[in-house]
Amino acid sequence: MDGMSLLTITVLAVFVGFEVVSKVSSTLHTPLMSGANAIHGIILVGAIIVAGQAADPWVLAVALLAVVLATANLVGGFVVTDRMLEMFRGRQRPPSNAAVPEGRGGAEPAATVEPEKKERRP
Amino acid sequence: MTLLNPTWTSLLYLAAAACFILALKGLSSPRTARRGNLIGAFGALLAVVTVFVSVKLDNIPWILGAIVVGSGVAAPVARRVHMTQMPQLVALFNGVGGGAAALVALLELSHSGDPWVRLAIVFTLLVGAVSFAGSGVTFAKLQGLMTTRPVTFPGLPALMAVVLLAAVGAGIVVILNGWLVVALLLLLLGLGAGILLVLPVGGADVPIVISLLNAFTGLAVAASGLVLGNVLLVVAGTLVGASGTILTRAMAAAMGRSVAGIMFGAFKGGSTAGSTTVSERPVRSSSAEDVAVLLGYAQRVIIVPGYGLAVAQGQHTAAELASALESRGIEVDFAIHPVAGRMPGHMNVLLAEANVPYESLKEMSDINSEFKTTDVALVVGANDVVNPAAKTTSGSPIYGMPILEVADARQVVFLKRSMRPGFAGIENELLYEPQTTLLFGDAKDSLTKVLGAVKAL
Repeated sequence: MDGMSLLTITVLAVFVGFEVVSKVSSTLHTPLMSGANAIHGIILVGAIIVAGQAADPWVLAVALLAVVLATANLVGGFVVTDRMLEMFRGRQRPPSNAAVPEGRGGAEPAATVEPEKKERRP
Repeated sequence: MTLLNPTWTSLLYLAAAACFILALKGLSSPRTARRGNLIGAFGALLAVVTVFVSVKLDNIPWILGAIVVGSGVAAPVARRVHMTQMPQLVALFNGVGGGAAALVALLELSHSGDPWVRLAIVFTLLVGAVSFAGSGVTFAKLQGLMTTRPVTFPGLPALMAVVLLAAVGAGIVVILNGWLVVALLLLLLGLGAGILLVLPVGGADVPIVISLLNAFTGLAVAASGLVLGNVLLVVAGTLVGASGTILTRAMAAAMGRSVAGIMFGAFKGGSTAGSTTVSERPVRSSSAEDVAVLLGYAQRVIIVPGYGLAVAQGQHTAAELASALESRGIEVDFAIHPVAGRMPGHMNVLLAEANVPYESLKEMSDINSEFKTTDVALVVGANDVVNPAAKTTSGSPIYGMPILEVADARQVVFLKRSMRPGFAGIENELLYEPQTTLLFGDAKDSLTKVLGAVKAL
């Protein structure tokens, strides 16, 4: 893609980024930070491309390190954000769950992890 | 395997980018936030599948293995971490993302001849390395591996200037010649700059730095997208960079600070370092039973939770106390200061974890006028966010920070561990006022005793 189109896209993305979070309440500052944090884990796509084109074993080793780090950012970021947001549901769930916060965290975010597993066998 | 044609590839990346925008949009309201996050995760999955079917890749088993290792390490940690320790985990994930971007840029150097592409590589290397090292220091500070006070030494500003000048010089050499050795030097300089940037930031400002470094990593990812000619990386990185910048400013505004003041305050010897003198004036301390009587016969109670509550893991007991009082017909609200906890918005997460409905968590601007009609303000493990010095003492490090006006309530009860000043290290005049009662002890123990006494009324 030519430079001018990339510049256009970049500038428009800046405005979209400013716009979508400009009126967020302080209640959600932490999950929003964590969610944005997960999104930049998409550097995984770049790391995969570099690893897939590596011919030299050293280059491959460094690229694979980048893949591991990027995956940790992406998967970990979405899982921890989901865990946080799961708690913002008010009083809809029965009170019996109130006493086991740890267990709740473990069971449900599986929904986010499951799709990530599929990518391993495309 | 036949590869996907470029049109379909672009369309799928566009769909992934739209998912990320929807994710950020959804995250700005509690009702849509969780769905938003799932949409974001779906977008990420779509993008990763797309890259496998659209680019000719070697070493696929190795790559899949690395993905398994990365998920295998991160997912269990993310699931098990205590919500009180969540800020440092976010810092850690942010750092590894920045590190990944820097490594990708380093490896792309040998493929690039265009000086503009090399400029993007230099930017990614430097900013990614700053983010990696800075997040590492932030993690160490939040995890208690090192002091949370600002760390400064006499030559710090000069050293920072030298490192930055050297980085600019090395960057120019890389852009002109593309030498790998100089690029490695640049990486090291970036790591050094990241450490020097975060060391002098202290105390309550540390979480805001996470947000700033988050924006940095976003920008590094956007620049790496320019290097690889990948539109999705450009859009996603720019989105995070822009939203992270706004979020950083919003958080800083909630503390009455400027971002520049936080980053460079300590260079001038300011930041959040204050006096740590503890005066010997008398205070009125009381028993759990007396506090229970105060609460149990009030009509309106506002609970002000702070980090002390979170460290003591007392949020569940606080929630129980609130419902015990409510069952006596008392109106109970939680007043949340924007920077209560260890991170802006952190207390909301901790109380939501304890099943306090987010409707009863009142933001500062909504509840401040209600303290006048409140019988008891119960301050649990908070100090700086209710300190009137922020309004009255112009020399105070927290001067200008908006506070919760608990002094307006008829009675103020502090549950505190000791008379030690809070995070900002300044004394709270409110503790010596006649309407103030103190109950010393661990926040959870005190709450449990008060809860028992309220139930016995």
